[in-house]
Amino acid sequence: MGGYGDVQCIDENGIRLDGRTKDEVRPVSIETGVVPVADGSARIRWGLNDCIAAVYGPMEAHPRKIQRQDRAVLDVRYNMAPFSTTDRIRPGFNRRSREISKVTAEALESVVLTELYPRSKIRVEIEIICAEAGTRCAGITAASVALAHAGIPMTDMVVSVASGKVHDIVVCDLNKEEDNYGEADLPMGILPNTGELVFLQMDGDLSPDQFQEAWDYNMEAAKVIHEEMVRALKGGAE
Amino acid sequence: MKGGSVARLDNMSGDNGAGGPRRSRQAPLLVAPGDDLGDSGEYEAGHGVLAINGRLRALKQGRMNNRGGTVSIEPRRTSYVPRPSDLVIGYIEGCTSNIWFVDIGAPFNAILPMSLGPSKAEFGGIRKVLDIGDAILCRVQEVEENHSSVVTMKGMGLRAIRAGTVEEIDPHLLGRLIGRGGNNLRQLKEDTECRVVAGDNGRVWLDGDLDGILNARDRLNALLTEAKIEEFGGEV
Repeated sequence: MGGYGDVQCIDENGIRLDGRTKDEVRPVSIETGVVPVADGSARIRWGLNDCIAAVYGPMEAHPRKIQRQDRAVLDVRYNMAPFSTTDRIRPGFNRRSREISKVTAEALESVVLTELYPRSKIRVEIEIICAEAGTRCAGITAASVALAHAGIPMTDMVVSVASGKVHDIVVCDLNKEEDNYGEADLPMGILPNTGELVFLQMDGDLSPDQFQEAWDYNMEAAKVIHEEMVRALKGGAE
Repeated sequence: MKGGSVARLDNMSGDNGAGGPRRSRQAPLLVAPGDDLGDSGEYEAGHGVLAINGRLRALKQGRMNNRGGTVSIEPRRTSYVPRPSDLVIGYIEGCTSNIWFVDIGAPFNAILPMSLGPSKAEFGGIRKVLDIGDAILCRVQEVEENHSSVVTMKGMGLRAIRAGTVEEIDPHLLGRLIGRGGNNLRQLKEDTECRVVAGDNGRVWLDGDLDGILNARDRLNALLTEAKIEEFGGEV
């Protein structure tokens, strides 16, 4: 049950490699103000993931060709540190980080009131210090908290979480082994106060029932993570 | 964690009571962006609050105030957005032959045309009057829709800052610094025997003898710490 070659991700009792049940989220902790020179910053530790997001601005957008006369632009850069995984990552932008930067910016643009800052740029830097699976979700969540910490007006915060399928069993918040050996994953960006969806990707195949199950897991997990985000913002260390 | 579909409006917030926002006499309510502040009803949405579908929603992290039927948020951090007639302290960041560019702490640098400068300057020789890095006390004359602004040094008390020091506080804490009717600011000036000019952009010019300046600076730092403790409770 739940095996792939020599890797068995879930045992007969439905317990996963890290001891969680299939609907449990990895432990999450968030702190704010970790980059004192930034206008806003946040650090999220999510399982073994460790991610820092820093926000600068609003500031004048350069080069001028990226300026929008009616709104601010979000300049998001997602980057994984070379030492963040067991295989060294070549420093610099690559196709994956470019894609994640783009989807993160689009998810955040749906909540930030960009029209209040025409011609401006809000710079969001996301750095993955340690990667375990679900780094794009950790990055979006951390960036959301950092934007709120910077005092950027937002209609809601984006909570991102991924569920997936490991040998026909849908599990919540995939860990590294499940991400590597599983058949599908479904990262989602959710607005916790309204339940709206601002970001959805799917890698692999899910049946309609499995999709619904993963969707429900993500929605429930978003509540847990949102509680931690609010706790960090309301009583966060400075 | 099993459950049905939860993607419905307003069913994920813990305290979205329909009784309207809290009164300010109650303990301050800390809010995060997206928090539901209750039914808009007869309340108006002030700074940092947006009314969506009859509900008030927080846009910023900070403390909620409910005064005179207007619900607003005193943000923990905020960026300065210039408004006409604001008194601001700026730094000269660059210049052309007849214009200075002034950093006033806003997203965009303001411009100070030669005609609105502190004294007569020759075309091409404006750096003899104000050089890059100089601090100035000026007033915002005009703000355009696209946030570009013009400042002027024509007016009483507007000048280049050649003495003392400039400190920075969060713009939303200026109210605490000045106090009701300017009481706190007056007290600070009397106690430290310093000239204290608070710019609307959160920059404060302190001028006097060294002990007075150091004393005033300590008082400003104490104000910041006090504000944080009051806002979030406990030690900072």
